[in-house]
Amino acid sequence: MSYKPMNDGPDWTFDLLNEYQVEIARVAEHYRLDTYPNQIEVITAEQMMDAYSSVGMPIGYSHWSFGKKFIATEQNYKRGQMGLAYEIVINSNPCIAYLMEENTLPMQALVMAHACYGHNSFFKGNYLFKAWTDASSIIDYLVFAKNYIAECEEKHGIDEVENLLDSCHALMNYGVDRYKRPQQISLYEEQKRQKEREDYLQSQVNELWRTIPVSQQEERMKKVRFPSEPQENILYFIEKNAPLLESWQREVIRIVRKISQYFYPQRQTQVMNEGWATFWHYTILNHLYDEGKVSDSFMLEFLQSHTNVVYQPPYNSKFYSGINPYALGFNMMVDIRRICENPTDEDKEWFPEFAGSNWLDTLHFAMENFKDESFISQFLSPKLIRDFKLFTIIDKQSSPHLEVGAIHNDVGYQRVRSSLSAQYNLSNNEPNIQVYDVDVRGDRSLTLRYVPQNGIPLAESKSEVLKHLYRLWGFAVRLEQVDDNGEVQVIAQCPLEEEED
Amino acid sequence: MAHFIDRRLNGKNKSTLNRQRFIRRYKKQIKEAVSDAINKRSVTDTSSGESISIPQRDISEPVFHQGKGGDRERIHPGNDQFSTGDKIQRPPSGQGGGAGPGDASDQGEGEDDFVFSISKDEYLDLLFEDLELPNLKQSQLDKLVQMKTHRAGFCNDGMPSNLDIVRSLRGSLARRVAMSASKRRRLTEAEEELQALLNEPVPPHQKITELEAEIAELKQKIAAVPFIDNYDLRFRNYEKRPHPTSKAVMFCLMDVSGSMDQATKDMAKRFYILLYQFLTRTYKDIEVVYIRHHTQAKEVDEQEFFYSQETGGTIVSSALKLMDEIVKERYSQGDWNIYAAQASDGDNWADDSPHCTDIMTNKLLKVVRYYAYIEITTRAHQSLWREYQAIANTHDNFAMQHIRTVEDIYPIFRELFKKNRQQQGAA
Repeated sequence: MSYKPMNDGPDWTFDLLNEYQVEIARVAEHYRLDTYPNQIEVITAEQMMDAYSSVGMPIGYSHWSFGKKFIATEQNYKRGQMGLAYEIVINSNPCIAYLMEENTLPMQALVMAHACYGHNSFFKGNYLFKAWTDASSIIDYLVFAKNYIAECEEKHGIDEVENLLDSCHALMNYGVDRYKRPQQISLYEEQKRQKEREDYLQSQVNELWRTIPVSQQEERMKKVRFPSEPQENILYFIEKNAPLLESWQREVIRIVRKISQYFYPQRQTQVMNEGWATFWHYTILNHLYDEGKVSDSFMLEFLQSHTNVVYQPPYNSKFYSGINPYALGFNMMVDIRRICENPTDEDKEWFPEFAGSNWLDTLHFAMENFKDESFISQFLSPKLIRDFKLFTIIDKQSSPHLEVGAIHNDVGYQRVRSSLSAQYNLSNNEPNIQVYDVDVRGDRSLTLRYVPQNGIPLAESKSEVLKHLYRLWGFAVRLEQVDDNGEVQVIAQCPLEEEED
Repeated sequence: MAHFIDRRLNGKNKSTLNRQRFIRRYKKQIKEAVSDAINKRSVTDTSSGESISIPQRDISEPVFHQGKGGDRERIHPGNDQFSTGDKIQRPPSGQGGGAGPGDASDQGEGEDDFVFSISKDEYLDLLFEDLELPNLKQSQLDKLVQMKTHRAGFCNDGMPSNLDIVRSLRGSLARRVAMSASKRRRLTEAEEELQALLNEPVPPHQKITELEAEIAELKQKIAAVPFIDNYDLRFRNYEKRPHPTSKAVMFCLMDVSGSMDQATKDMAKRFYILLYQFLTRTYKDIEVVYIRHHTQAKEVDEQEFFYSQETGGTIVSSALKLMDEIVKERYSQGDWNIYAAQASDGDNWADDSPHCTDIMTNKLLKVVRYYAYIEITTRAHQSLWREYQAIANTHDNFAMQHIRTVEDIYPIFRELFKKNRQQQGAA
């Protein structure tokens, strides 16, 4: 074993970066991290702000909201209210990672281990990403989207396109399939479909809105419901069924929907993804240190950044702003390794299926087959609950007090764990709103249904969002709420005036 | 496997377009902020950008999200004092203490303004949007024109001083090659033949002599191709193109008699600054001539113009006369775009006003592109206003406005330079 550490900077050069990269890649392979090829791009702080404001899309279509985000980021950065992230990584093949020019060499090494091997292997291995995103085609798709929208702007005017995009963005979170699984279709099939889509869609819409009565009396008796089942993907429903849209508008809706779907796995795996990447930069760099490849001063700088990243302030600290996903994820990963290598009796009781097993196998299994919600409910150990001193606060509208539900003790573990898991369940955090009914034979109005969870109402913004929905649908839209007794009441509608049913 | 790409040299302004979109969308709000700002800004500073603030609620992007109320259970770390079943007083206004609806912070309650800066150019664009210089277009064709010499390729004819030696010699070389090519080929052949004959055991003298004669003749012919010919010569060509002049002069005329106090002068100054900024957007070089007057007029520098104190009566025509003299002397009409702005509190010696009309109509208005008169007063109009009103009715390039307070300056400036002012005036 050679004790000749690599040059530790602090200034980096491309040669040094490559030297580190080769070492990191070697260790990553040793731990069986399977990654897409890496494309590492060195950028300036200003370019980093550009990347920020386009929500991490390397190529984005033009929209004022990205400009707003850029201005806000720039302003905050200039005033020193925020630092920039050290890295941004894009789920594509090759996997694109941005390194910021200002970083020191140890930071660059940390970022490479974190992004290019941690996140990258997560993108490639996790089931949600495998099922929902196609890393090899996303860049092409974004280029297509950018060009298509620019073309639409030329043809139909900037305002027209901007309004449409505004409306789509308002409903972006309702442009994803949550429950349906995608079918695997071949590229050829996809292309064929793409070709047919345009004509077919329009003809189908026409069919739906056909006004010639088939056989009036029977029809009226039956009162056909459309859609036959409530639809969760509102944008998809509009793309396919809105009567007045032109085909380019449907394509734009589809673009927004596709991009939303592309980011959906990331929103569901924040803790896991960051935890996984943090665990690996920590493990890889320590491995290099044990081999004598990196110097003491390198490690000190690395550890300082690392501890900052995984710090979890307690609830009463002024820095507290919820649970830090890096801290939770990293500690869970470390804890899984501990349970495998040195299980206590408690671990054996709680995790009989993997206590004492091969830690690397277990970690890879966890990374591949879970999302935040299920990951926490499967792997959060009592020890970690004690370490974090987790407790639950019950906030009931009917009660004048808040109540402590469970704490880190024997009776509380299960409840804390399931409650934390639920906290990461997106369907608990996003209001459950679905397309419920369309008055096909009448005024063509669209009805959405909101099913509140635990009596949590919708925020005021709902009427604004309905205006956007109205713009897309073209006819009246209504939002109903079903309460616990099954009573239905209209809580918002657009346009406001009519009272005719 | 990995490769590195250095993107630092790539364009950094990927978001510029998005930023412009943002400004375009919120133009109305930004414009309001800009026109508010022009009155708040320090008088001397109109060349920096401006910081703009828009209420956050105006630019929010609505999405469905959960509101307040209902039952929730949240997890928090760092328990140091609680055990199961503890009751905690609800923190005031549902915030802080680590309890309460943790993720409700994205509700539109934070009414903080969205503050950002725009650059100087963006600022001026917004400030002067929809404004145009009166009389610019119609006179551009006949009067604004200056000829400017441009290069225009090469030609076969010209003055010796324009001779392009490299091109000429290149042409000569090509011609010489072309004209002697067949002879040179024959020459090489003949020389080879000659060599072959000489190498024969018994050289045929007859043939050798013939060949030698031919070779000599060929060499002579090749030498006779002239080294340079008229045909080769190339001259640089120039042509004159009409070029709109970008020179402008702005006359600032101000009454500095005792009745003009510093506040009034400051208002006038703001007006001049706006005009100056506006002109800089069209013309590259602008000269400013300051003329102040009481009973006598005098050309002064900027400092003296705005800040020196004078007293005495008012004779406006003195300033007009001086301006006319300066124009004649220094700004011959052909290459200068002349603009003038006059500020006054309306006082004038009553007998002088008709005199002003005379100088205006007969001299000044014939040479200036635009003459703007602003009267800064809260009192009733006097004779000068009425005289000028008569001029305004008959002349396109004369405009007058009345300013009462500082807030009026920008709107009135816009009024004076609004697009299509003439058409509306004529209709």
